[in-house]
Amino acid sequence: MRILFKTSYLDDIRLFPHSGYLIWYGILGACLLLAPLVLREFHVGELSQVFILAIAGVGLMLLIGYTGLASLGHGAFMAIGAYVNTYLIAKGVPFLISFPVSGLAALVAGIVVALPANRMTGIYLAIATLAFSQIVEQVVVRWESVTRGFQGMPVPAPDILGHPLTQAWEFYYLCLAVLVLVVLGAINLIRSPTGRAMVAIRDSEISAQSLGVNLVRYKTIAFAISAFITGLAGALLGHKLKFISPDAFNIILSIQLLLMVVVGGLGSIHGAIFGAIFVGGLPQAIALMRDYLPAVIARTPGLEPGLFGLVMILIVLFEPLGIYGRWLKIKAYFDYFPLYRRATFKRQRSYLKTERVR
Amino acid sequence: MELLQLIVGGTAQGCVYGLIALGFVLIYKATEMVNFAQGDLMMLGAFMALTFVGTMGLNYWLGFLLAAVCMAAFGYLLDALILRRIIGQPQFAIVILTISLGFLLRSGAGFIWGHETQVFETPFTNRIVKLGELILPLESISMIAGTLILAGALYLFFNFTKVGNAMQASSQNQLAAYYMGIPVKRINSLIWALSAIVATIAGVLLSPVSLVDPSIGFLGIKAFAAAVIGGFGSLLGTVLGGLIVGISETLVGRYLPPGFKEIFAYLLMLAVLLVRPQGLFSTMQRKKV
Repeated sequence: MRILFKTSYLDDIRLFPHSGYLIWYGILGACLLLAPLVLREFHVGELSQVFILAIAGVGLMLLIGYTGLASLGHGAFMAIGAYVNTYLIAKGVPFLISFPVSGLAALVAGIVVALPANRMTGIYLAIATLAFSQIVEQVVVRWESVTRGFQGMPVPAPDILGHPLTQAWEFYYLCLAVLVLVVLGAINLIRSPTGRAMVAIRDSEISAQSLGVNLVRYKTIAFAISAFITGLAGALLGHKLKFISPDAFNIILSIQLLLMVVVGGLGSIHGAIFGAIFVGGLPQAIALMRDYLPAVIARTPGLEPGLFGLVMILIVLFEPLGIYGRWLKIKAYFDYFPLYRRATFKRQRSYLKTERVR
Repeated sequence: MELLQLIVGGTAQGCVYGLIALGFVLIYKATEMVNFAQGDLMMLGAFMALTFVGTMGLNYWLGFLLAAVCMAAFGYLLDALILRRIIGQPQFAIVILTISLGFLLRSGAGFIWGHETQVFETPFTNRIVKLGELILPLESISMIAGTLILAGALYLFFNFTKVGNAMQASSQNQLAAYYMGIPVKRINSLIWALSAIVATIAGVLLSPVSLVDPSIGFLGIKAFAAAVIGGFGSLLGTVLGGLIVGISETLVGRYLPPGFKEIFAYLLMLAVLLVRPQGLFSTMQRKKV
C-alpha cells in the first residue's frame, strides 16, 4: 500500500496522484490507440458505440453523480444534439462547426430546462425532466419540415477538412478523441471551484447555501455543461447510426443512460465509463447467451429491457456504489490485506429521513 | 352539445389518471417513495382480470375481485421483500429501483401474456346510454362511477377504520406512530397492497377503452403529471388533478393541432411547477434554510 504525503493543495488535486496512475493510464491509452489494428471492423464499431455512451455517461454523471440532480430526460439532449448536427450538415455546414454547435444547442436547451428545474428537487425534478423528454420527442415527431418526423433523416459520414471519415477505424479515433477531451474536461471541472460547489450542493443543499454557494447559478451551470456533453454524444450517435428517427431517442435511451451511471457507480468518472462498457456490452452478452438459453426465453421480444431492469434492481439493492464501488472494495481489501473490515463501506443510514415538514 | 360530450369523455379519462395518481400519492404519503412502477401495476392488474374473466371464463365481478386480491398480495410482498430494503438510501435510488421494477414487470407480462394487444370483453364494452341528445358510452360512466365509489370507500376507510387511522398516523410521523405501537412496517406493506388494488381498479376500468397490452403502463407517466398538479399530498387534490388533465387533454385534442394532446399534460404540469412548485392543492412544504 502506497501512502501519499501531501504538502500542499496542489498535491491534493493533481490529475495523476502518483506515477502508478501515469503508467496504467498510459498502457490503457496505448491499447485503445492500437485496438483498430488488431480488432475486426465490427468490434471497432462496437467500441466506438461504447465511447459514445461513455461521453453521454460522463455528461449525465456530472449532473447526477456530482451535483445530485436526477434527470430522466437526457435522451432528449442527445436527440437535440443529433438533429441539430444532422440538420446543419444537410444545410452544408462543415462537421467541425456543426459538431460544437450541436453541443451548444443542447446547452441552451439545458439552461431552459434548468430554469424551472431550479425550483424543484428530488422526484419533482426527475418528473419534470421526464416531461421535458416527452415534449422534445413530440416536437421531433411533429416538426416535419426540419426533422422529417417518422421518416427520419440519413446522416452522412463526418467530414473533417474535406476528408470524410467513412472507415470504421477513422470514426473510432474521432470518438476516442472526443471522449478523452470530455473526460479530461470533466476531471478538471471537478477539481475547480465550480466542481467543488457542485459536489457541495450534492452533499447538502442547505450547508452549501450556508457556505455561500449560489444554488441557482451552480445548478444551471451543471445542467448546461451536462447537456452540452450529452448533446455532443448525441451528434456522434447520429453518425454512428447513420440514420436518425424519433424512435432512436425515446425514453428507453434516457433510462439506459441512467442505468449506465448507476451501474457504473454514482459520483465517479470511472463509473460512467464502466457503466458504458456494461450497457454497450450487455446486448452482445445477451446475443451470446441466446444460443444457450431455452428457446422459449431466448425468443421473447422484451428480454433486453427486462434484463436491464433486473440488473438495476440487483445493483441498487446489493451494490449501491456500482461497479466502481466494487472495484474500490477489492482494492481496499488488498491494500489493507489482513485488516480489511466490511464496515468500511457500510451504509450510514438505515432509517427514513423525511424530506418534508408540515 | 359536442362540448358536453367531450367533457364527459375527458372526465372519464381523467378519473383513470386520477386513480393511477392516487396510487402514487398513497405510497408517497406513507413512505416518501415515488413508485414509478404504478402504471405497470395497473397493467398487471388488467392482465390478471383478463386472465380470470377472459381466459378462465369467470363472472366479471368475481374475476375483478380475484384480480384485486391477487394484486394486493403482490403489492404487499413487493414491499415486504424488495422495497423495504432500500429505506434510508437517497430518494434517487428509490426512483431507479421502481423504474427498473416497471421494466421487469413489463417484460414479465410480455413473457406471460405476449406483446399483442388483447381485447377485454366487459359488461360495459360497446354499450351506450342516451340522455336526451347526449350519447354516453357505458364505459365512461363505469369509469366515473367506479372512481366515485372508490373515493367514497377510501374516505370511509381512512376515517373510520383502525387500519386507516394507523395509516394516516404513520404517514404523518413514522417514529411517533411506531412509539404508539403501530406496526409501521406492516402498515407500509398494507399501503402498497392498497395502492395495488387501486391500480387494478384503474386498469380494469380502463381496459374496455384502451385494450390491454404490456405497454399501457406508460399511461402512468401522464398520471404523474396529474399527481404533481394535484400536489402529491392530498387525495382529493390528486383526483382533481387527474380530472384537470383528462378534461383539458380531451379538449386540446379536439381544438388544437395534432401533437398538443400528447404533451399538454406535461406542459400543464411544468406551468404548475413554475407557479407553485409544491402543486396546486398541496399541504406540504419543503425544508428550507
